[in-house]
Amino acid sequence: MEGLFEGASLVAIMAGVLALAGGLLGARRARGRSTGQTSTPMHEVASDAPAAAPVAPDPEAETEPAGVTGRLARTRNLLTSALAELVGAGLDDAAWERLEEGLIAADVGVQATNAVVADVRRLAREGGVRDVDGVRRLLRDALVAELSSGERALRRRDGDGPTVWFVTGVNGAGKTTTIGKLASREVAAGRHVVLAAADTFRAAAAEQLGIWAERTGAELVRGEEGADPASVAYAGVDAALASGADLLIVDTAGRLQNRRELMDELGKVGRVLAKRAGGIDETLLVLDGTVGQNGIAQAEAFHDAVEISGVAITKLDGSSRGGVVVAVQRQLGIPVKLVGLGEGIEDLEDFDPVTYVDGLLED
Amino acid sequence: MFDALQQRLSGALDGLRGRGRLEPAAVDATLSDIRLALLEADVNIAVVRGIVERLRERLVGADLAPGLDPRQHVIRAVDAELRAALGGDHVALDLAGRAPAVIVLAGLQGAGKTTVAGKLARHLASKGRRPVLVACDLQRPAAVEQLRIVAAGAGVAVHAPFTEGDPVPVAREAVTGATLAGHDTVIIDTAGRLHVDDELLRQARAIVDVAHEHGGIARTLFVIDAMVGQEAAAVARSFADVVGLDGVILSKLDGDARGGAALSVREVTGAPILFASVGERVEDLEAFHPDRMASRILGMGDVLTFIERAEQAQDAEAARDAEQALLDGTFGLDDLLEQLQAVKRMGPLSGVIGMLPGMGGAAAPDVDDRQLVRTEAIIRSMTPAERRDPRVLNGRRRRRIAAGSGTTVPEINRLVKQFEQMQQLMRQAAAAGRGGRGGKGGKGGKKSGKGRKGAQRAAMQAQAAALGGLGGPGAAGAVPGAAPGRGLGGFAGLSAPGQPPRPRGTGDR
Repeated sequence: MEGLFEGASLVAIMAGVLALAGGLLGARRARGRSTGQTSTPMHEVASDAPAAAPVAPDPEAETEPAGVTGRLARTRNLLTSALAELVGAGLDDAAWERLEEGLIAADVGVQATNAVVADVRRLAREGGVRDVDGVRRLLRDALVAELSSGERALRRRDGDGPTVWFVTGVNGAGKTTTIGKLASREVAAGRHVVLAAADTFRAAAAEQLGIWAERTGAELVRGEEGADPASVAYAGVDAALASGADLLIVDTAGRLQNRRELMDELGKVGRVLAKRAGGIDETLLVLDGTVGQNGIAQAEAFHDAVEISGVAITKLDGSSRGGVVVAVQRQLGIPVKLVGLGEGIEDLEDFDPVTYVDGLLED
Repeated sequence: MFDALQQRLSGALDGLRGRGRLEPAAVDATLSDIRLALLEADVNIAVVRGIVERLRERLVGADLAPGLDPRQHVIRAVDAELRAALGGDHVALDLAGRAPAVIVLAGLQGAGKTTVAGKLARHLASKGRRPVLVACDLQRPAAVEQLRIVAAGAGVAVHAPFTEGDPVPVAREAVTGATLAGHDTVIIDTAGRLHVDDELLRQARAIVDVAHEHGGIARTLFVIDAMVGQEAAAVARSFADVVGLDGVILSKLDGDARGGAALSVREVTGAPILFASVGERVEDLEAFHPDRMASRILGMGDVLTFIERAEQAQDAEAARDAEQALLDGTFGLDDLLEQLQAVKRMGPLSGVIGMLPGMGGAAAPDVDDRQLVRTEAIIRSMTPAERRDPRVLNGRRRRRIAAGSGTTVPEINRLVKQFEQMQQLMRQAAAAGRGGRGGKGGKGGKKSGKGRKGAQRAAMQAQAAALGGLGGPGAAGAVPGAAPGRGLGGFAGLSAPGQPPRPRGTGDR
């Protein structure tokens, strides 16, 4: 019992030490995130709805293309029922709210959803759109437009030396698997590929990448477990130059974005790699397709550390829709470039906003 | 990612101050805010709907306890509801029964099954069990190799005869041979899966069936990433339906995700959440506490875990010494150095600070673990006399220390100044802690042991809240003689301005 009370003083001491040691004095970062937006209750957004008009149900059954759309559509989509409800009930406030809930259920997030739906409402009002088809088109166009900004092709080097792709993300996002699939694709296209296993932390990470190298016919560069990851990246460039490779892909250890020292380490790997290779052509952030709103924090932190140029969203083979990419694109302007669809070596596609959004809104 | 719920609620509830009941309109507005907060914490939307409805029943027309702020009343109700939804009390993994106990770990790809397998084995070994890890993930490249390394790190046995093929015979062999090999616990690592993959789900089912064949204890534990969004509910349901689950392990909880997935999974499956996996080291597995998770989802900090980690990070005697030194006014820089090292043992600074109320999510200060190293370097460059009494530090000494530690004189000036302020404030806080002991101790004598412990914990919470800069009238009032409103946060930048006190200062636990 006594011990517990000492705990109180202990907390006092620890908190003080933390404050001091963390250099907190005046060091709080102004993150500049507007939180006011989120506190707007949805029904307020809905208050300026256009007059409801009864509309006919949409009889048109769209055909399901394969790939992203088909797979995304496997499970019943809340959004679809929301749209169906728009048909039955007319465009009243409750129906709009359902629409918002459909987007939230796809992990688009409250802020981004509010913003997207507010846009669509405004457009619907301005354009006099009162039928469900029209709203569906407006929503689709709005989402496609958002996800279309930015360059979506993986960047390659024009001049001398190999193209360099640098792959980052939190633990378990699917970095190594994505690299394996990328390597398969690139080797199949006749390119000489070097994979650098700069994940020297996780047990057997290099072995995992090595198996992918064997499967695909890529060259593997690895260091000892626990070696400096920057040195492996450096050695990767050397190997790629020596063998006249077309492409170097650098794998990194997964790290949670709130681990400051690990993010710093990542920054160092990036700097060493860029310096040795004369730049990095593509820095990819791999996001797990099931991730929720933490995906935004991940994108922000990795962008801070290594300047992300593209997002690869993985594991979309489930019923997950990875809607957080809408928020990531919106807030940070980082384009989605790749979609990982499943477990097969071929299951990697270039991101296509139209197909993706159709999948998001599909029956 | 979003403000603490208290701040959200303040607007909706301000009009209620002074009234004795919660009016339906005010409840509606409040519930709308709560709904948003839960959605932003990634709680599944259907689950949110259920919780909001239950809260509505709880809140509409409810009489307010006299003297209780309506906001506190609401937050308390939300907290109670979330705690109940998360399972109420902590549930331990029950393996009592005929050996060997078989544990099957299932989950999505990348959830952290293999890492958790090692941690769980280590945890059970520390409880006196003799576990063996079994490699049944024959899908992911090098998963078997990873498990071998993890087992070596955890210091436990591993059964990994194959790297490809059918995992079901591997599981059967491990279970039937366990007792002979001297193992009383079999932990089976299975392949990660996407939940729509029927074939893999069936394979998991087959492994679970094997686990049950021997007629002893068998437990299927579902490992889920705390960062998973809306899908958590559907994934958990499909696993529960096809594979069946006895318990849940929440992984990557050391990240800064709110972890609404915990709520979704628990609501959908009813299976208890047993453990939280909180770091990259093999010992980073903690018992799951629903009350703390409720606070985290609501952005209210996690003081209890903070205290627990602090207690683990240094022994009671060292803590007592430090406290005594504070009270005597002899707390010097060498004491600070010891405390710094204890703080380091508590894990990364950002995570530790995030446990304090109002310091999570967007409110989290930008902290740098390297700053700790710099501070350490400065102190280590001082002579023992300087450490005992920094007042002897003249310009010459400061220049020497700067050169010795690779820092600058202004950094040293700042450290010394902050240290002096800290000394003073901590002395007050420590004295308040002693006062609280006397006051509460007398009262606690009449209560049951458990109730007394609760009161003490509450006192500590209030204390910590005061330190976190939340030392409003509420917190100070909860502990007789607690530090005045100006907590440590007042100077250290730890405070989150405008935050009302943490609503659990009265020992109602």
